[in-house]
Amino acid sequence: MFRPRPDAPAATVAVDVEGLTVAVPPGASAAAAVLLAGLASIRETPVSGSGRAPYCMMGVCFDCLAEIDGIPNRQSCMVTAQPGMRIRRQRGARDIDPDDAPEDLPSFPVPAPRSGGA
Amino acid sequence: MTVDFAIVGAGPAGMAAATLAAELGLDTLLLDEQEGPGGQIYRAVERAGASSSAASPLGMDYLVGQPLATALRTSGAQYRPATTVWHIDPDGTLSLATDGVSDTVTARRILLATGAIERPVPIPGWTLPGVMTVGAAQILLKTADLVPDGRAVLAGQGPLLYLAALQLARAGAPPLALLETTPHENYRAAARQFGGLWPGRHAVLKGLGLMLGVRRASIPVRRGVRGLRALGRTRLERVVWDGGEIAAEHLFLHEGVIPNTQISLALPLVHDWDDAQLCWQPRVDEWGCASLPAIAIAGDGAGIAGAEAAVFSGRLAALDAAAALGRLDEAERDRRAGPLRAALARERAIRPFLDALYQPGPSVLAPAEDDTIACRCEEVTVGRIRRAVRLGAPGPNQLKAFTRCGMGPCQGRICGPIVSAVIAEARGVPIAQVGTYRPRAPYKPITVGALAGIATAK
Repeated sequence: MFRPRPDAPAATVAVDVEGLTVAVPPGASAAAAVLLAGLASIRETPVSGSGRAPYCMMGVCFDCLAEIDGIPNRQSCMVTAQPGMRIRRQRGARDIDPDDAPEDLPSFPVPAPRSGGA
Repeated sequence: MTVDFAIVGAGPAGMAAATLAAELGLDTLLLDEQEGPGGQIYRAVERAGASSSAASPLGMDYLVGQPLATALRTSGAQYRPATTVWHIDPDGTLSLATDGVSDTVTARRILLATGAIERPVPIPGWTLPGVMTVGAAQILLKTADLVPDGRAVLAGQGPLLYLAALQLARAGAPPLALLETTPHENYRAAARQFGGLWPGRHAVLKGLGLMLGVRRASIPVRRGVRGLRALGRTRLERVVWDGGEIAAEHLFLHEGVIPNTQISLALPLVHDWDDAQLCWQPRVDEWGCASLPAIAIAGDGAGIAGAEAAVFSGRLAALDAAAALGRLDEAERDRRAGPLRAALARERAIRPFLDALYQPGPSVLAPAEDDTIACRCEEVTVGRIRRAVRLGAPGPNQLKAFTRCGMGPCQGRICGPIVSAVIAEARGVPIAQVGTYRPRAPYKPITVGALAGIATAK
């Protein structure tokens, strides 16, 4: 729902927003790419699942949270777009799925419970 | 690493303070979250200078940030961009994160130059995609050359509303309408502050120029707008107010700016409620020194006075830091401060008039409609806050336990001012008595990996 202004210098940084390729100028944020791509929303809230889009663009509101290059819950307005960056919707809270753990992960030593309680 | 002087924020105050401090021989470190210097007001200003395209739609007042950035670059101050300050110890240790890697720096003096944030404008529907702040529209223009596609409405009040309308018009995207929410009684209150008009005449002329520009651009202005609402199913479809409505894809809101107090409240520094600017302000002396030794504040973070004033208050703080660290004797500090104080007084002269004219109406602070969202993160409505107060939540920090209000990722940055005002209204006491959130570190979320990195480095 945003477009480049007339006479804008060429946008040269191509990123992937939910499968759409858009180009933004060097130094522009991932959130700018999201708005240029015309996505209706970039995240769904963990509380009600309602769609949200970037609101403040200056790192205050956290409504632009997105999964960027596989890392969830990043403030997309604070992340500079890089060539080939993959920007995906943040759906609710982040998952921690035990099935995603690498096979060679060392087991975590669990301390024995102390008597007497906490 | 240890430095003489660490400055948080590379806007006008931080750039000016770092430049002067380095010139005075202080080992100076300027930290900033953005990729380049300028803060929000001069965001990406170096990019505008490098661009060979036609005249910038942002105007001359934006380009005055360029010499500040150039002076910083050649000053000898260390400048560390893309860095989040996530904790400050009162002993001068700053915990930082850059690119997911954390480290610490110790400073003998610290200057907070964290500037302003836009005052939250909690209207029904303000969480709908398509509703943004006026500042957000400016940042998109400054950093990405983007303008709204489709019908855009600007609503609220203040000089920035007119400036943004003009900038969008010059960038080929004139807004469909400008809805001004200034309550009628503000005009009478502002008329009593005429004393600042003559010493602040340069600012008055600038403001009149903006209003004239909006008229010349044929942007319709509707005054005295009340009951503003954003309607739509999954995104903004209509902007509605008492007695009118417009179909629009974009609504940009603005009710002025307030100090960004996240770090100053977390430290915590002593703050006072300001009845003229209707916001919390850290208590500072004439050099910007705050209630903890060795910590000072310059620029809008200590009270809204604008970008030009921020430059002078930044320089005053640098002089004082140099004197405190033995690089300047007090007589020389005071001699150099004279012209800066005169310039600061000139910039501040217009503020009482502007504060009275553009004081937000009561519904901006405490929305009347119970179903308006106050906490965007945890989706807590104003009505839920009022019910929690009836159940016995006396203040913002206790309210968290009742509702989770203020406990989402923004850490109360957006809902803080709303929550204090709604509780005060519900209890029938002044906001000053209710207080505000006590934010905690980390000031911004950091990963466990970044934390672990500090231990590994040691």
